[in-house]
Amino acid sequence: MNLASSLYFTGAEVGLSIVGLVLLLVSAWGGPRSARLVTILAVSALVGATLFSGHLFDLAASETAGRAFGDLYRADTFGSFAKILIYLATTAVLMVTPRFFDQRGAYRPEYPVLMLFNAVGMGMMASATDLMTLYIGLEMSSLSSYVLASFLRNDTRSAEAGLKYFVLGALASGIILYGVSLVYGFTGSTNYEGIRAAFAVEFSAGALFGVVFVLAGLAFKVSAVPFHMWTPDVYEGAPTPVTAFFATAPKVAAMAMLVRMAMEPFAGEVDAWRQIVIFAALASIVVGALGAIGQQNLKRLLAYSSINNVGFILIGLAAATPAGVAGVMTYLAIYVAMTVGSFTALLMLRDPMGQNLETFDDIAGLSTKRPALAWCLLALMFSLAGIPPLFGFWGKFVVFQAAVQADLVALAAIGIAASVIGAFYYIKFVKVMFFDDATREVETESPIGHWIVLGLSVAIISPLGYFLTIPLGDWSAAAAASFAAAM
Amino acid sequence: MEFPILSLMLAVPLVAAIACLFLGAQSARMVALFATLFDLALGVLLWLNFDIGGAQWQFVERAEVFAGFSYALGIDGIALMLIMLSVFLMPICILASWDAITKRVGEYMAAFLLMEVLMIGVFAAQDMFLFYIFFEAGLIPMYLIIGVWGGDNRIYASYKFFLYTLLGSVLMLIAMMWMVNEAGTTDIPTLLNYDFSPQAQTWLWLAFFASFAVKMPMWPVHTWLPDAHVQAPTAGSVILAGVLLKLGGYGFIRFSLPMFPEASAQFAWLVFALSMVAVIYTSLVALVQHDMKKLIAYSSVAHMAIVTAGLFAFNVQGIEGAMMVMLGHGLVSGALFLCVGVIYDRLHTREIDRYGGLSINMPKYALFFLLFTMASIGLPGTSNFVGEFLALAGLYKVSTLVTLVCTTGIILGAAYMLYLYRRVAFGEQRNADAARMPDLNAREWMMLAPIAAATLWMGVYPESFLAPMRQDIAALEVRMARAASEGDSQLRVGEPMERNANFVAAAHDAEGAH
Repeated sequence: MNLASSLYFTGAEVGLSIVGLVLLLVSAWGGPRSARLVTILAVSALVGATLFSGHLFDLAASETAGRAFGDLYRADTFGSFAKILIYLATTAVLMVTPRFFDQRGAYRPEYPVLMLFNAVGMGMMASATDLMTLYIGLEMSSLSSYVLASFLRNDTRSAEAGLKYFVLGALASGIILYGVSLVYGFTGSTNYEGIRAAFAVEFSAGALFGVVFVLAGLAFKVSAVPFHMWTPDVYEGAPTPVTAFFATAPKVAAMAMLVRMAMEPFAGEVDAWRQIVIFAALASIVVGALGAIGQQNLKRLLAYSSINNVGFILIGLAAATPAGVAGVMTYLAIYVAMTVGSFTALLMLRDPMGQNLETFDDIAGLSTKRPALAWCLLALMFSLAGIPPLFGFWGKFVVFQAAVQADLVALAAIGIAASVIGAFYYIKFVKVMFFDDATREVETESPIGHWIVLGLSVAIISPLGYFLTIPLGDWSAAAAASFAAAM
Repeated sequence: MEFPILSLMLAVPLVAAIACLFLGAQSARMVALFATLFDLALGVLLWLNFDIGGAQWQFVERAEVFAGFSYALGIDGIALMLIMLSVFLMPICILASWDAITKRVGEYMAAFLLMEVLMIGVFAAQDMFLFYIFFEAGLIPMYLIIGVWGGDNRIYASYKFFLYTLLGSVLMLIAMMWMVNEAGTTDIPTLLNYDFSPQAQTWLWLAFFASFAVKMPMWPVHTWLPDAHVQAPTAGSVILAGVLLKLGGYGFIRFSLPMFPEASAQFAWLVFALSMVAVIYTSLVALVQHDMKKLIAYSSVAHMAIVTAGLFAFNVQGIEGAMMVMLGHGLVSGALFLCVGVIYDRLHTREIDRYGGLSINMPKYALFFLLFTMASIGLPGTSNFVGEFLALAGLYKVSTLVTLVCTTGIILGAAYMLYLYRRVAFGEQRNADAARMPDLNAREWMMLAPIAAATLWMGVYPESFLAPMRQDIAALEVRMARAASEGDSQLRVGEPMERNANFVAAAHDAEGAH
């Protein structure tokens, strides 16, 4: 395992780091004027990283997983799949960001640079096969996230969001670290394979504590109930493009990290963590659904919606089978499309003065003012609610099918029944846009970049998306095959 | 490979729906009308080419374009009849909305055309999950139809409709997944002959029942129906009553009965009990309504209860009767909602008391209304008589009590329908504005006359409709025979007496003594 192959397998992260550092210099010398240039370069770097990850995905699907740096890091199909989603989501968010900050005169070249470093950290989270790499990736991503949350320096809500995120994020990191130290103490290894081998010999009560702490910290990162309290506040306070980012890429990364953790080092102890995952899944579905009902602020509502969605994703994980992991990956892909689409639509909602609109009252009667936008949002909301023939249904379908195949019929039945509660507020969206009378003026034009992102997301979640089921299923299955040895 | 007529029937309204979104009001109406008429023509073609007594599944299409399930279409006689009902009612719905809908016409027509796609899809789907997708997707256009173009309380009604039916269906999805996992196929014709263990059947049956009972709707989960009917625009009510309610019955015939025969027999008493309550209770509720649409909505629940009772009779008459009631009720209740719509368009109220003596100023209307009222009661010569008679005859073989109670529903039906008709069409002309209403125009003629003709056709010569279904229903009876109960009417041919009853032996002897 020489250095060249190690660098090759980590090519996406290495490349993004170099571009990030160079762009940091550009922004330091170029000042705010260079913001546009830096954004474009960052987007191209992310597209390049996406393509490279796609290449690694093909490579790993045909050959053995690429281990780098003495098995600290693995460029397998699972990691590559997650990274493609992460980079694509980051790219989409970067494309719709500048207009939001321009209106406040707050856009700076540091923003895309922070996003790049965040992407590097998230890539590491998805590929880490050692507790140390995992922690470094996690912190790299988290630290840039804290700064991004408070990027609107003059806005108190944004600052508050950043501070809240920082304090609670640090707490979660502490919990993970504590769990990591326990696991290390009881197994004598930080490497995933080493941990698994040690657990196979003996799984003591102390090690169980370690597993629970690690999972609790990770649950915080994916904002699963009961560690979800920060989500609505941070999502509401952070600038809307940053919220869109938080709801997509870091969620994918954290979920990938959680799945890898559960399916590799802890794969032998499914009974130990399954009940935790089942509780978190059902609690997330119910709390996410009930919490959203009373919300007036759309960002807050989408925050609860993301908690709700995490619950469904965890149902796939609870199955603890290759089909379950494949279901999780499929769900994540569809979830990213739906969430990017919803937030882009939200960013396109502005009053004639250019102020962003973000409450239910603001979108009343939108279907008469902006029919195209309203129909896109309608499709996105029904898709989030999981109503066929929209593609969001397919995500729920695969995770529930995995649960049923794993004999978790009761879990599937309760979960799907609880999803009806969630449908209530999604259809409220539609009701407000289509049934109510318009109360206020909205901006009638949106830039082409926003339309492209929105159009692509809606095309994916439209019934046309079902033609993706075969390739998406194959890719997800290939990603899940990364853990074949462990299961 | 034969011509994919079912796919074409799905594609035509779908393309038209997308076109309507971008068109102005008048052109959207024309496009919608032409698309639905074209689908009707295709439907007629389908019926003409249906080989009665031939293969069970005809016009089969299959394409493996999805993971986990396939695009498989195909129909038997039962599905054929229900598809005919849908394509027949659809152009009439478009005509009914011609003048009544003035805002967002393009979107309205698009929603209706989408409804048509989904309804044909439900009846034609041969894949379990494809069926579910079509079945569930109908919620979206119907939610919009009620919510955007409905009456004053439309928001409440649309929410109730959406959440009620969604909660019913999701459990069915889990049951379907379990079945597919167990049987290893999503193909409905294969699953029809798969024997699930009786214990599993119990749970599966209940999950399917949750969905179909809500769609049907059966007492006590019928409460969404009156709200949805009252608030929906006229054409929306026609589609709800005409076709959407049939999804429940179709589900019982296609899934519950043949796939879970043991469980169906086990739960037949539950279905009978709920049906009996529904027949009596909703008929009585219908009797005291002041709102015409609500009255007809409750009458729908009562009629559907006869369908469920007939289905669970487990014999040919019962199921044939249930199918005929479904078809007949689709036509008649649709027509009754259209009749309400005709006078609602003129006076903008559904209050029965605001009308009266309409037969004086609207004689043609009164005639049509009378015909459909009589058909709803089940007068011989109309469609509903055939269905109700067959269903009750089949039921009588199983249970005298249930038949007795359900037949009472026909008497109560006569009571509320005649009472409605008397208050609306006969008597004094109490209200000046109602007395000034003009009679039917040409468009309304075109809506009501075809339904009237079909109602009489079905009543006078039901063989046209029963023939395509006969073989499929017979196959269904054979499939369920192993679980059928004995029934309490043990009709036996008795021992004949030695001599004729009018034989007078003594007199004969006496004669000879002379």
